[in-house]
Amino acid sequence: MSISSSPTLASGTPAASGVAGPIVLETRDLQKKFGSLVVAKDISIAVPQGGRYALIGPNGAGKTTLINLITGMLKPDSGAIFLNGQDITQMAPATRVKRGLVRTFQINTLFPTLTALEAVTLAVCERRGEAGVWWRSLPGYGEAIAEAYDILSSLNLAADCERPTRELAYGQQRLLEIALALATKPSVLLLDEPAAGVPRSESAELFTAIAGLSKEITILFIEHDMNVVFRFASRIIVMVNGSILVEGAPAEISADPRVREVYLGSGYHD
Amino acid sequence: MSETAIPSSIQAAPASPAATPVDPSSFLRDKVRWRWFETVFWLATLLPFFVAETYLILASQIAITALFAVSLDLIVGYSGLVSLGHAVFFGFGAYIAGLLSKHGWGEPLTGLLVATAGATVLGYLISFIIARITHFALIMVTLGLCLLMFELANKAHWLTGGDDGLQGMSMWPIFGIFDFDLYGYTAYAYSLIGLFLSFLVIRRIINSPFGLSLRGMRENVRRMPAIGASIKRRIQVIYTISAGFAGLAGGLLAQTTQFVALDALSFQRSAETLVMLILGGAGQLYGGIIGAMLFLVARDQLAGMNPQFWYFWLGLLLVVVIVFLPNGILGSLAKLTSRSRRKP
Repeated sequence: MSISSSPTLASGTPAASGVAGPIVLETRDLQKKFGSLVVAKDISIAVPQGGRYALIGPNGAGKTTLINLITGMLKPDSGAIFLNGQDITQMAPATRVKRGLVRTFQINTLFPTLTALEAVTLAVCERRGEAGVWWRSLPGYGEAIAEAYDILSSLNLAADCERPTRELAYGQQRLLEIALALATKPSVLLLDEPAAGVPRSESAELFTAIAGLSKEITILFIEHDMNVVFRFASRIIVMVNGSILVEGAPAEISADPRVREVYLGSGYHD
Repeated sequence: MSETAIPSSIQAAPASPAATPVDPSSFLRDKVRWRWFETVFWLATLLPFFVAETYLILASQIAITALFAVSLDLIVGYSGLVSLGHAVFFGFGAYIAGLLSKHGWGEPLTGLLVATAGATVLGYLISFIIARITHFALIMVTLGLCLLMFELANKAHWLTGGDDGLQGMSMWPIFGIFDFDLYGYTAYAYSLIGLFLSFLVIRRIINSPFGLSLRGMRENVRRMPAIGASIKRRIQVIYTISAGFAGLAGGLLAQTTQFVALDALSFQRSAETLVMLILGGAGQLYGGIIGAMLFLVARDQLAGMNPQFWYFWLGLLLVVVIVFLPNGILGSLAKLTSRSRRKP
């Protein structure tokens, strides 16, 4: 069902993007205004299966807005969103999650008094359609609990899974954000600055965990640290003032004079 | 956007028990286990039969009010919703039980069942409004519904007796054996069993996956859709269940006192129950029961001294509890015990 493979340039692209699968996430001409402020202008992207797309751009470029539009937390003024070729523009956020389109949040959006195990078990139960059951005791759902525990283990959170979320270290809470998303078995994962607030020395570790995720999962992530972006992204989309400035392989992006001017020129770290 | 690096780390979890093998299922099983102090508590509820026979009527009131408070806790303490008008369901159940008995059907158990069913249906209908609104709108709408029902019942004098209350109820003996006596033996036993059985069901609900999702809603309603939960449906279900238990409590009150005062529907009843929850500790399972005991015993004692002035003491108690025990009595106790348990 491959409609159009993304136009990858043969030269200078990392191996990851060399083989592009079918497009799983696509937006067409998304528009969004807050009053007279245009926060999304003609946003059209197409992410193939297994892609590791980075969304970069200066503060206020509309990156998080785009994720809010894709996940349904904001309604676009016009344009359409497709998941696996199906129009999901009118779907409620929870319905999109059930179809495999899942996000994490830039600012920890967790369940403070629930233990990490309870939180992830809750997400697993939601996916399995068991979270509406009020006549059976939770410990009876051994499979869901074991699955939650496995997810936590894979992210190095198992030892602390019995602690309330609010007692976890900040970096662990960032991982728990990802664990919650994984529990929904996403096919497309949107990560809004997964390493926000984590010291740079440790963000690499966090991204190693992300890079280790199954290639079945398509990832679009927002990140400010250019080292991380160039290391983990197969393709990069640069946004400025609500619209896409340029999209390309990392080598193209780093060579692009416009990108250097608007983004790398002022914001390049190191 | 947050460019500021918060100094903390993935590795340095404060005192993580180094790689102790964890059995996740047994951990969760332990959390829902029936504890020894629960057995002690329920055994203690039998004491009034032996040591405080003159207080059986009060004890019965406490059991009923406690059930009402626990039903409210499902909404307020566990789901993070607000309600200032929960007496709507309490009063509705009370009037159903009362009217049934007044018009010739005095059998207690079926009467109670009908009262519960009626309140459940009313709760379900109202839940369609509740699931659409939040925050201040929720406070205003629940308050508005309460005032509305109160005035309706007041106006319908021919049906409810209005201000004078519903009189002329006559209850048959339970199972045809246990007559409602003047001292309140039957009344207390009946109310206590009603409370205990309801409590077992509510305890199960809270410890179920559904109960976990309610706590998720309370903790972060924004995250719930992001893990695929349709919260409107959840709100409707818990609101309906809660209304049913409130109606059950109302039915118990009508049957045990053989009278329904208009005050069963009042805003004051809604508000006082919220106060009990906050005193005892919302979202603590036993918080509503402890709060109801404290509130009604204190009112009984203090009002004996000076009927009007007792609200002064209530106000003082509220301020002291909120300032020094922000999670209520039970919430603060739970915090203390978990802190002492964590110390090696």
